[in-house]
Amino acid sequence: MTDRLTRLPQVQVPVLRLEDALLVTIQGDLQDTSAERLQADVLRHVAENPTAAVIIDISAVEVVDSFLGRVLAEIAAGAGLLAAQTIVVGMRPSVAITMVELGLSLPGVRTARDLQSSLSMLRESPASVHERGERGLDDTHRY
Amino acid sequence: MTPIGTDAHRGSPTHLPIRSDMDLMWIRQEVRQMAAQAGFSLVQQTKLVTAVSELARNALVHGGGGHMDAAVVREGAHTGVRLVFTDSGPGIADIDQAMSDGYTSGGGLGLGLGGARRLVHDFRLDSEPGRGTTVTITMWQGSVPPTRQAL
Repeated sequence: MTDRLTRLPQVQVPVLRLEDALLVTIQGDLQDTSAERLQADVLRHVAENPTAAVIIDISAVEVVDSFLGRVLAEIAAGAGLLAAQTIVVGMRPSVAITMVELGLSLPGVRTARDLQSSLSMLRESPASVHERGERGLDDTHRY
Repeated sequence: MTPIGTDAHRGSPTHLPIRSDMDLMWIRQEVRQMAAQAGFSLVQQTKLVTAVSELARNALVHGGGGHMDAAVVREGAHTGVRLVFTDSGPGIADIDQAMSDGYTSGGGLGLGLGGARRLVHDFRLDSEPGRGTTVTITMWQGSVPPTRQAL
C-alpha cells in the first residue's frame, strides 16, 4: 500500500533561475507533501547559488490555508537567513480577504501585484531584512 | 437541522474519507464545486474551502484520519452547505484552549479551529477525551444566514 502510494507521481513545483532571482510558480492546489518539498528545494537552490530574491507566483492558487501560509512564511524566513528576500506575487483578492479573516499575515514576506512589479521592486529597493518585515505586513493588511 | 432538498441529484449527501493529504485535495475540490453550485460568491467559496482545508487537516493530523459528510441544505429560500468532520482520535480536553488563536499541539500555526470558525456562518464542535471530535459547519449563500436574519 505504502509502496503504491509513494510511486504515484507527485507534483513537483519547478524552481527557475532568472539571473540572481529564483522564480517559483505554484500551479493550483498543492498537496502538503509537495509544499514541504518545495520549501526544501527552494532553500537548496538559494544555498547553492548566489540568490538575491525568491519570487513566488501564487496567482493560480485559489486557497492559502494556515499550512500553505506557514510554508510560505518559512520559505521567507529560511531564505532570509541565507541572505535572500522573498516576494509573493499575484495573490488573488479572495485569497487576501480570507487570509486576513483567518489571521494569517505572512510576516517577513514582501508582496507584489505581479511578476513585473516584483522585478521593478527588486531594482528600486533591495530592502534590508528589517524593512522587509514591515513592508510585508503593510502589504498584507492593505486588502 | 433542515433536511436535504428535494433536488436529489444535487442535494445528495457526499461522504469522503480523510486519510491522506491527497484526500484533502479531493475534499477541497468537492466542496468548491458544491459551493459554486449553491451559488456562493468567489469570496464565499474561498472562505468555505479554506475553513474546510483547516478542519480536514485537523482530522487527519490530530484525529488520525476520519471522514467528511457534505450536504446542500435549504431553509426557506436560502441555500447553504453543511459539512460534518468526524474523527475518532484522542479528542479535545480543553475546547476553549483549542479554539484560541495561537494554541497548537501539532506544530502548526494554531489558527485552524479559531480561524475556521471565523470563516463560516455556523460552527459547532463536539469532543470528549477518548471519544474523537466532530465539527459541524454551515455556510449560507449570501452574507447573512437566515437564522441570524430572523433575530
